[in-house]
Amino acid sequence: MKDEKVKVRVQHPSERVNNFSEVELGYDDEEALREANRCLQCQNPRCVKGCPVNIMIPEFIKAIRDKDLKKAYEVISKSSSLPAVCGRVCPQEKQCEAMCIKGFKSDAIAIGSLERYVADYALKNELLSTVKKEANGYKVAIVGSGPSGLTCAGDLAKEGFDVTIFEVLHKAGGVLTYGIPEFRLPKSIVLKEVEGLEKLGVKINLDVPIGNSLTISDLQKEYDFVFLGTGAGLPRFMGIEGEDSNGVFSANEILTRINLMGAYKNDSKTPIVKAKKAYVIGGGNVAMDAVRSLKRLGVDAHIMYRRSIEELPARKMEVEHAKEEGIVFDLLQNPVKILADEDNNVCGMEVVNMILGDAGEDGRRSVTEDENSKHVVDCDMVVMALGTSPNHEALKHSDIKLSDKGLIVVDDGMTSLDNVYAGGDCVSGAATVILAMEAGKKAALEIINKVNKAQ
Amino acid sequence: MMYKVLKNKKLNDSSYLMVVEAPFVVKKCLPGQFVIVMSSEDSERIPLTIYDFDREKDLVYLIYQVVGASTLELSMVKDSLFSIAGPLGNPNEICLEPEKYKDKRICYVAGGVGIAPVYPQVKYLKEHGINVDVIYGARDASLFLIRKEIEAVASKIRYATDDGSFGTKGRVTDILEKYINDYDIVVAIGPVIMMKSVCELTKQYNIKTIVSMNPIMVDGSGMCGACRCMVDGKPKFACIHGPEFDGAKVDFDLVMKRLKTYSDIEKEKFEEMKKLLTKEEK
Repeated sequence: MKDEKVKVRVQHPSERVNNFSEVELGYDDEEALREANRCLQCQNPRCVKGCPVNIMIPEFIKAIRDKDLKKAYEVISKSSSLPAVCGRVCPQEKQCEAMCIKGFKSDAIAIGSLERYVADYALKNELLSTVKKEANGYKVAIVGSGPSGLTCAGDLAKEGFDVTIFEVLHKAGGVLTYGIPEFRLPKSIVLKEVEGLEKLGVKINLDVPIGNSLTISDLQKEYDFVFLGTGAGLPRFMGIEGEDSNGVFSANEILTRINLMGAYKNDSKTPIVKAKKAYVIGGGNVAMDAVRSLKRLGVDAHIMYRRSIEELPARKMEVEHAKEEGIVFDLLQNPVKILADEDNNVCGMEVVNMILGDAGEDGRRSVTEDENSKHVVDCDMVVMALGTSPNHEALKHSDIKLSDKGLIVVDDGMTSLDNVYAGGDCVSGAATVILAMEAGKKAALEIINKVNKAQ
Repeated sequence: MMYKVLKNKKLNDSSYLMVVEAPFVVKKCLPGQFVIVMSSEDSERIPLTIYDFDREKDLVYLIYQVVGASTLELSMVKDSLFSIAGPLGNPNEICLEPEKYKDKRICYVAGGVGIAPVYPQVKYLKEHGINVDVIYGARDASLFLIRKEIEAVASKIRYATDDGSFGTKGRVTDILEKYINDYDIVVAIGPVIMMKSVCELTKQYNIKTIVSMNPIMVDGSGMCGACRCMVDGKPKFACIHGPEFDGAKVDFDLVMKRLKTYSDIEKEKFEEMKKLLTKEEK
């Protein structure tokens, strides 16, 4: 018999398409133990190398086996600040689980699910570490409260820094709050992480647009260090005809209305357009989040992606869940024009088939239009999930060095401005939660080292 | 977060003045910029242009019109506001560099509640040695707001009403056309249809015209793109690229169409809420 992993229980697809509650229900004690027992406890664990923050995976799995969940949590916490988040949203199949030796012959260990199991236990039993060192007298300003900012804030607060976060929205969490839907990452978890920071003494100033209110140079005057974690930026549009029709949205807008503003609730004061049939253009995690959210609002929801299923950049589990939920994948197709009626409302799309070519320098296969394949599809909503371009609002009135692509340039985490650090999507371009977290961690470490050297 | 509300007073049948303590907004805000407010935690985010500010007392002044459920809810706010984020958007370009405009003859055109964003610009320019004229239009005499305030800062003010109950009978463009040769620059803020008419007129005379857009908005920081307007054939986000644009380049018809995206839902909600309120009063 094949040595299969213990499957995570999920809400049945027919049930979950009608609600926004979490899809995966997580392991119970017995399931977690059974899965932990599959681990080979390798002497030279490859999984650790696959993890962007190098969590000592075999060690925390061993603690699960020993039924010492407190210790398991401590092991994870040494490397990760947001385990309840990362256990849920990391693309494990491309990271730790991809390296797992078991994966060659059977299923890799379900490391993500085990991480989530430990983190949820810690949240439930309030094991969040509020231990911090004595105040060291240094003040730090963090711009943005997404994964990089939260991580940087937490690591510095534990070391005794006086940390203040500035966030432009009315809720903290960045993409964890406005972007990733409730059914994938319950907001109660994000809230608990934020509360954990507040218990560490981190101050959070909401509603403050840095750049327009205080500028970076104002922050430099008042704080010893500044960390910029301002996120991915402005949603991209295709630049095709009809894109300004009513019913064409960015995925960010749809997700913000639903997640941040609660537009999926019946009594919500923020409206969302009620569509019959929607196309979400793109194949990343944001596209999956948007299309699955729309499905839950009763929309006939489609993904349109110009490459094939193999090239879909989204996390594998999300694609599988989306398929189970009845999302239609229209692959190797791309819109060339959006059609609207006389009131400017979307009524269809002109679409062209795509032909896959060879892989380019970036490893992604090229695509070309099959010009003879133009056809029209019906729809009353189009959602663009095409990535982002940098947002420089927070950088106003500063001469911070930017790359050709408009991203903030850093050297060992520090920008061209003295003692101003940056990390996450504003440095790397749109990436993952774990990479942003890693960047926040790295910047915190650089700041700590700098202070230690000075003492 | 909670912000202290010092005043939320009715100015006429549909318009209100709100005074809020908001230190982070007041620090550097300039005329032309806006804020986003939320009455309570589950309210909609409403963009409002800053009407006035007092840096010493940390106070922001807002004038808004009750046009739907969310502004109706805002009008019922008593002691505290759940959220006020700002300043957002860019300052008015004349106010940003007044010395560059010393020799220009400038006319502000305000329609209805559009006087609220016009006032701080006129006041700021006066403080910086630039005297400007104002044309202010409304449907009828009862709808004029802050007349005393605007008269105190405008060099010359001319009124227009649709029904002739005050000032010239007719539209603001009728007055503007009469005096068009007196001006080098026009700033028009008000209903989209008014800004469109002003721009059609000034285009004929090749007069630079600045307009302030107030499209549907969600986050106000560039993240969602709901507020995109076509300017010179390119999509621009009113929240971070605006809210003010060169009026000659704005596709006003499109703006008007896009503003209707939620009109059915909004109408329904407004009626529901009004019904609820009358029930409560009984």
